Amino acid sequence: MLKINDLHVSYGGIRAIRGVSLEIPDKKIVTLIGANGAGKSTTLRTVAGLVKPDSGSIELDGEELTGKSPNEIIERGIALVPEGRRVFSNLTVLENIKIGGYLRKDSLDSDIKKMYDLFPILKERNWQQAGTLSGGEQQMLAVARALMSKPKIIMMDEPSLGLAPLIVRDIFDIIKEINNQGVTVLLIEQNANMALKIADKAYVMETGKITMTGTGAELLADEDIRKAYLGKSAK
Amino acid sequence: MKKQTKFIATILAVIIIAGFVFFAGNLPTTSMLRTSLQMGVIYALLAVSMNMLNGVTGQFSLGLAGFMTLGAYTYAVLTIPVEVRDNVYYLYGVADCIKNLELPIIPALIVAGLVAAFFAFLIGLPVLRLKSDYFAIATLGFAEVVRIVTASSWLNKVTNGSLGLNSIPKFNSYYAIFIVAAICIAIMFLIKNSTYGRAFKAIRDDEIAAEAMGINLQKHKILSFVISSFFAGVGGALLAMYLKAISATTFTLATATYYILLMVVIGGMGSYSGSIIAAFLVIFSKEWWLRGLDKPQFIGGFQIPLLRSGFRMVIFSVILMIVVLFFRKGIMGDNELTWDYIASIFKRGKKGKKAVEEVQK
Repeated sequence: MLKINDLHVSYGGIRAIRGVSLEIPDKKIVTLIGANGAGKSTTLRTVAGLVKPDSGSIELDGEELTGKSPNEIIERGIALVPEGRRVFSNLTVLENIKIGGYLRKDSLDSDIKKMYDLFPILKERNWQQAGTLSGGEQQMLAVARALMSKPKIIMMDEPSLGLAPLIVRDIFDIIKEINNQGVTVLLIEQNANMALKIADKAYVMETGKITMTGTGAELLADEDIRKAYLGKSAK
Repeated sequence: MKKQTKFIATILAVIIIAGFVFFAGNLPTTSMLRTSLQMGVIYALLAVSMNMLNGVTGQFSLGLAGFMTLGAYTYAVLTIPVEVRDNVYYLYGVADCIKNLELPIIPALIVAGLVAAFFAFLIGLPVLRLKSDYFAIATLGFAEVVRIVTASSWLNKVTNGSLGLNSIPKFNSYYAIFIVAAICIAIMFLIKNSTYGRAFKAIRDDEIAAEAMGINLQKHKILSFVISSFFAGVGGALLAMYLKAISATTFTLATATYYILLMVVIGGMGSYSGSIIAAFLVIFSKEWWLRGLDKPQFIGGFQIPLLRSGFRMVIFSVILMIVVLFFRKGIMGDNELTWDYIASIFKRGKKGKKAVEEVQK
């Protein structure tokens, strides 16, 4: 279980996160929804070790992660799919996938094959430069790349951003599939509707704080959430 | 293409290149082909070493001249025969610590590389935290500091101040330079294709994503900087060997860094084979093919206008502009010259893009 306790993060004096506490149980899908600038991405980046927190703790199965470098955190089983996909556009699809397993010392072959089974389109594109893929394919590549480190927890930052509705559905199917294979998913989404539908547990974040929590279904039924995030009127 | 065909083709290519170098080696020493080939291979090594940092890792350095100077001076100081040292340092005298120090050529080349690599490590720690233009300026500053310090009077007894060093010994064999350069380039190819090379390319493409994949940015940037500088040092030493005499003005920003940057850009950032091709093209046309433009030529008693000393550089620059206009990403882009790549060029015309992908599978 990943436990985040009273986390505070600031960028050059601006406080982006003010006391966030999250509990991410094993093998569940947990989603964090909220408006732009609420601090969702910062939370993930802090867990991944890319940003140093001012205070608070991040614990994975009882082990303290704060202050550890990104590579140490990946080695402990937390992978990040960064916002905006960020595939290595001049590298081939295969090279991108191999980079994902960069810290592993064992052979990557069987996992590369697994990724191609999970994402058949990537196998077809094997030798293409990642920059020439479509948005949806790039997102799949970003997910495959993160999975190559054999994570216990995969954190996804806005995987549906800028994708066509049909593709978004594919991506969410993949998220469910990954979770079925036993990987915990921490998902950030602006597409609150889709995210809440698949989430076992959900948090709502506003201006750096958690304002509401519950199961996906509970929040989906909540009047305030419907008004604020789902664009549906109360009636 | 089948593996076996590739293997045979590679062996044939190596035999043809070796045969060509052997042919050039037997030409009289005044032959332009003989000398340009040797100069070309040294510049090819330097261009590849610059490409490793600037093209593959994406850290735009302008400090190459500094590392070449360090390598060249280290080599010269270590190898000038002890008996001629008094002649070389006739004005200032030799420092005691190097008076009787003389190394054979190969160890001196390695030490030259190590000295350059050591300085790269020292300045890399602070400087590689800077991004793009700021990094370029900082490395440029380093190169200028090296140049000025080597010429400064308080190193007179080591670097011979502004007089420079001469009587630099060289390999007995014409071919040794080719072998040394080929080994160095081969090592850089191996690094590019290793997991480290992949990490370098990832850093070039997207630092944030690379860091999120667990690649230690600082460590890999320094590694690339140090390895690149090592080979720049060796290249500088080979150039000192070729020139026989060096001074602090031998490797200035314009004559070393920009000249080699030109080859890297024309060849394609990130493509070693592109750098090698461009190095030979630039050296051959500048030193040899365009020489005819420098002296007055007559056609049937009529003197062609404009041809005079220095005119070849005008034509050379025009050719450069045309090349850059038509090859936006350099001759090779960031592809390497492999048999698959060659096959894909021929197939591209017939069946279009599909064939390219097929070939690459």
